[in-house]
Amino acid sequence: MLTIQREIIEAIVAHARRDHPDEACGVVAGPIGSDTAVRHIPMENAERSTTFYRFDAGEQLRVWREMDDRDEEPVVIYHSHTATEPFPSRTDVSYAGEPDAHYLLVSTRDPQTAEIRSFRIVDGQVTEEPVRLVDESMQSMRSTEKSGDPHAVQSYMFGQSPTAVEYECQPQN
Amino acid sequence: MAIDVRIPTILRSYTGGAKAVSGAGETLAALLSDLDGSYPGLRGRLITPEGGLHRFVNIYVNDEDVRFLGSLDAKVSDGDTVTILPAVAGGAFGLAAAAAVLGR
Repeated sequence: MLTIQREIIEAIVAHARRDHPDEACGVVAGPIGSDTAVRHIPMENAERSTTFYRFDAGEQLRVWREMDDRDEEPVVIYHSHTATEPFPSRTDVSYAGEPDAHYLLVSTRDPQTAEIRSFRIVDGQVTEEPVRLVDESMQSMRSTEKSGDPHAVQSYMFGQSPTAVEYECQPQN
Repeated sequence: MAIDVRIPTILRSYTGGAKAVSGAGETLAALLSDLDGSYPGLRGRLITPEGGLHRFVNIYVNDEDVRFLGSLDAKVSDGDTVTILPAVAGGAFGLAAAAAVLGR
């Protein structure tokens, strides 16, 4: 199971919406061995493509070194699919090189509802896992809503939970 | 003196779990051959059967991506740090199609 703060998911979805129709990608770092995603790092998609993403090699070295210096590891590696379901493609599986990471996929194919699913990918084997959202700070969430970010997503749909669960995040006007 | 080589998590099964190992050689190709003597199989995860650098990895000499330094011909010397990272890539496209379009 991936346990992650709602604010981080919102930031990831906002990044994916911003880069749509290109695929967006990034990392959430956390302390080594903690399995806790703490620090959201949006990355450049060096391919700037609607169907492919690749971390810029130079940026990746800087970010990986920074994580090393802070005793962190990539807890989550995320990217978006902009026209298809959020399920790892054969390309995703062949490139998956961080066996300890949660591979989070966001689909932005629906402009209203972001679909979010998380996977472990080890030795070419894909295993879906549930996503559990935790609310770190309701206060800061309200302030996000008040700011009226046009890229804010209205609702989320998670592929695996007890059943598919929709989280309504409509600003309360 | 030797060349310090940083090994990513996914390849540490070849190095007995070590995060960093040392090797010798005047080029990246020579260094990887040297390392393969101590850590058999490691080289095969970095170099394709055709003899090119595998697209699934990034290798850096100090701060520079070796793709800008002549790839396997990149010069290395004692005191350098070579870092190996898994390339983070993927996407909705099929791999064969992506490789064709990207010319890799």
